[in-house]
Amino acid sequence: MDADAEGIERAALAAIREAASEQALQAARVAYVGKKGSLTALLKGLAALPKPERPAAGARINAAKQRIIAAAEARAADLEAAARAEDLAAQTVDVTLPGRARQGGSLHPITQTFRRIEAIFECAGYAVIDGPEVEDDYHNFEALNIPADHPARAMHDTLYLDNGALLRTHTSPVQVRVMARQPPPIRVICPGRVYRKDDLDASHSPMFHQVEGLVVDEGISFADLKGTVVDFVHRFFERDLGVRFRPSYFPFTEPSAEVDVECVHCGGGGCQTCGRTGWTEVLGCGLVHPNVLAKAGIDSERFTGFAFGFGVDRFATLYFEIDDMRLLFENDQRFLAQFR
Amino acid sequence: MKFGIDWLKEWVPVAMPTAQLCDQLTAAGLEVDAVEPSAPAIAGVVVSHMLEAQPHPNADSLAICRVDAGQNGPLTIVCGAPNVRAGGCFPLATVGARLPDGTKVRRAKLRGCVSEGMLCSEAELGLGDDAGDLMALAEDLPAGADIRAALALNDTTVTLDLTPNRGDCLSLRGLAREVAVLNDLAVAAPPCAPVPATVEAALPVTVENEAGCPRYLGRVLVGVDVGRRAPLWLRERLRRCGLRSIDPVVDVTNYVMLELGQPMHAFDLGTLAGGIVVRNGRAGEELTLLDGKTIAVDEQVLLIADHERPVAMAGVMGGAGTGVTGNTRDVFLESAFFAPQTVAASARRFGKHSDAAHRYERGVDPQLPALAMERATALLLEIVGGQAGPVVAAAGDAHLPAAPVVQLRRSRLDALVGEAIPTGKVTRIFEQLGLAPKVAGAGEKMVWTITCPSHRFDLEREEDLVEEVLRIHGYDAIASRVPSAKLALGSQPAKRVPTIKLADCLAALGYAEAVTLSFVDPAVAAVLDPAAKPARVVNPISSEHAAMRTTMLPGLVAALRANLAHQADRVRLFEIGQCFRPGTDGDSGSVGGGSLQAVLRCGGILFGPRERASWAQERADVDFFDVKGDVERLCGLGGAEVGFAAEIEDPVLHPGQAALVTLGGAAAGRLGRLHPAVAGALSLPWDVFVFELDVEAISVATPPRHRAVSPQPAVRRDLALVVDEAVPADRIEAVLRRALGNLLAALTVFDVYAGPGVDAGHKSVAIGLTLQHPSRTLEDRVVNRQIAEAVACLETELGAQLRH
Repeated sequence: MDADAEGIERAALAAIREAASEQALQAARVAYVGKKGSLTALLKGLAALPKPERPAAGARINAAKQRIIAAAEARAADLEAAARAEDLAAQTVDVTLPGRARQGGSLHPITQTFRRIEAIFECAGYAVIDGPEVEDDYHNFEALNIPADHPARAMHDTLYLDNGALLRTHTSPVQVRVMARQPPPIRVICPGRVYRKDDLDASHSPMFHQVEGLVVDEGISFADLKGTVVDFVHRFFERDLGVRFRPSYFPFTEPSAEVDVECVHCGGGGCQTCGRTGWTEVLGCGLVHPNVLAKAGIDSERFTGFAFGFGVDRFATLYFEIDDMRLLFENDQRFLAQFR
Repeated sequence: MKFGIDWLKEWVPVAMPTAQLCDQLTAAGLEVDAVEPSAPAIAGVVVSHMLEAQPHPNADSLAICRVDAGQNGPLTIVCGAPNVRAGGCFPLATVGARLPDGTKVRRAKLRGCVSEGMLCSEAELGLGDDAGDLMALAEDLPAGADIRAALALNDTTVTLDLTPNRGDCLSLRGLAREVAVLNDLAVAAPPCAPVPATVEAALPVTVENEAGCPRYLGRVLVGVDVGRRAPLWLRERLRRCGLRSIDPVVDVTNYVMLELGQPMHAFDLGTLAGGIVVRNGRAGEELTLLDGKTIAVDEQVLLIADHERPVAMAGVMGGAGTGVTGNTRDVFLESAFFAPQTVAASARRFGKHSDAAHRYERGVDPQLPALAMERATALLLEIVGGQAGPVVAAAGDAHLPAAPVVQLRRSRLDALVGEAIPTGKVTRIFEQLGLAPKVAGAGEKMVWTITCPSHRFDLEREEDLVEEVLRIHGYDAIASRVPSAKLALGSQPAKRVPTIKLADCLAALGYAEAVTLSFVDPAVAAVLDPAAKPARVVNPISSEHAAMRTTMLPGLVAALRANLAHQADRVRLFEIGQCFRPGTDGDSGSVGGGSLQAVLRCGGILFGPRERASWAQERADVDFFDVKGDVERLCGLGGAEVGFAAEIEDPVLHPGQAALVTLGGAAAGRLGRLHPAVAGALSLPWDVFVFELDVEAISVATPPRHRAVSPQPAVRRDLALVVDEAVPADRIEAVLRRALGNLLAALTVFDVYAGPGVDAGHKSVAIGLTLQHPSRTLEDRVVNRQIAEAVACLETELGAQLRH
């Protein structure tokens, strides 16, 4: 009887091992440990044994039965895992195909430059103030100490409108508007579009962008102006570029300066971008002229201030390495898409 | 201001290399714009003495010349110039020489005769305009000397970009003064002794407007020979300063202007009637200027007139018909001081920006006319001969600008600079600048008092002196620091959507941001906003940029067109910017005479497939609902309720695919398909969609506040309704919302169908309803009753039938 049990177990385990499907496995289980299975039959035949032998024989057969059931379960798990793996394999996608997400757009490099500039100044508590692009003579010139027939007007090729207004030639009129409605301390930047009668070419445009800065407070000096401008340049380009101040002339500041920055392309060695000088002119600035403060009703003995103004298009072209200003206004999507 | 370095060095013995001098000028506020060789590229050209010139046997117009070019024997040169003559001295381009136009000179056979080089005109050497005659050289120049050395051509021309306050540097004299200060050197002015009168000839001068012309000097020169040429050295100096040689008299007046800074004018005495009157114009008078233009003058214009008519616009430009010509025998020289504002007004009004006006409007040293008159007289007598009469001076000094006395406080200087520059240094700077400083007081109370010299028009107040000190001390010598300020907090208004959020939203929706010009083609503007009368630019850069945009569409349409020209098949652009609409007086934000309202708009344009071609989806072109979806998203940023109404009269949009956008009930913009007629007129494709929104209107934000979410289960019911095809979906929605009240948690239109199975003229609209009670579970019975009531409402109000 023991030999029979061993034989059945061997055959059952083999059948389980070889079962290639759930059905084959089930058939093997039924054939050996089912109600009419051969091992079950052997159990039923225990009665034929002498009574003292029965417990031991029964135990051996039952152990064999348990091993067969365990083997069948293990095999079932294997078969299931294989089937699942096959299923998953069938669901494989080509992960290198492009995703279905909606195509993104882009912000214009001028906008990105404005935001960068604004963020740098907002960190220091400067307010960002807008102003009208269509201006009057008073705000664009008179209030900035540029009376009619002043030679400095020749520095601005002004575009005039048929209603007598003009297109602002700089963002400086916004400082006039700010000073007219707000007493010191003043700490603002004024970004916006400005206009000049220039033809569109690689470095000029009849419409371009500026940011004007104005600080008026007690104790503001030329040293403060220098520090602010140098700091800004370093933070904008994230490099400690050389910055130099040259005396210049703007009727609304005195002393006045123009600011050159070491060429971002050649680092000061001289290249085509900087006209082989190693420097790029980026900004005009100075201490606010007492006449301008007086026109705004600010006591120039108590308060002093500085103002600066710079071309955003210049900063944008330098930052993004755009070699032709016309690209900024052509709105070619192949160009715009580069500034995601 | 352009000048040759060699000339400057005659005035001030500055020894440093040119590059260093240029850096120094730039650092002092005289910005060097360009540095270039004074002479064009010439190599292998030498001085030659003509030994003989014989007619060419085979050509009438050519001569066979034998010249001494400093070589072992004479050279044979064939030449066609009319002024060949034995004994003359001319430049010779030897074999192998290079001329400025790139020509390489070779041995050449001309009509059977070999020429061993080429005799040159000044035009061929790039040194003048005369291309006919050979360039005549001084006969004492040694034969064979290189022309570059002989004519000192190895000079450098520097161009300065001078700011309007530095009119005093528009002359060699002024530049020398500045360079002398910067290098602590002395100015060596050329001798300029008064030239005594040798004849009594004089022209009476009367000044009627002394404020406009505080000083007028005149002098007659008789018996001049204008057939002579100004000497080469003088013409070369003019050339290096960027001026052409005209005739000897004009050359001299120009020379004196460059040298001393005094604009002068020379009249042909024979053309002047009676005498000179400096007066304002009279109504009806006309003046033809040297440039050939005739202008009508009036009481506002200061003129130089004779006893009959105007002969020049004072300080701006001479008149035609009274200038020096080839027939002139006697000359009347003018050297005057005109008030800067007077000249500036005339120059600006008539657009005549002459060299004289450029100087006068910036301020010419009022002490200069007398000196310049003597200098010009001496040069003219030397060059064109003749005899000088006495200098006639008119006008008093009462109107001459007074030399301002300005004080600088030590405390103010320190406050504006931000650090203390030593007293001795400051005083020294003022002394070098010729400001005659007087120091009073000590410490904090110290004050410098300076008297401005007559050549400086830009020193009027304390701050001007601060700049002078800083300029000479050096801007870069001042330490940098950052301002200290009180730390007041800023605000973040929650009831506004920041404009950058709108831009971010559109970029996320797939739009590329455009920046288009604010001035547009009036013809395009008329198509895209036919009702508007846009503001016009009086002096536009071109006729296509003559109207101020009243809507964002012209720029976007132009950008679309540019992209289509680049074969783009899918375009999605937006722009946020100011539009300029004629308004009524008193509008806030209006400027100018007739008011103009600037409104911030956000516009977009869409064309082509919904998405870029992809494996993942079928190609479908954008339609109305793509734009609408984007506008809903954009307008929804502030949380307000967005409405769309088909009732819109817009000639630019397709009548059946256009909507008015409202926010909280107020108009906020529009969207739709471009009207086919508009698309046709602008040669655009038929299916272009646009939107345009008022930024102010869509930026109103309602900060969100929490509402409790119902824990009760929701019940979903779908309705298929058949309605007349004219019934808009929002009316069905409105009826359902009203009928279901606050039980309705969500409503979605999930299908719209017309065709077989639905009666003609009708459509089937499928609506999904989600019902939920805030506090209890809805029973089917309640739901069914509510739905039945709602359907009944739909039936009575809209004629809707449930579809079976």
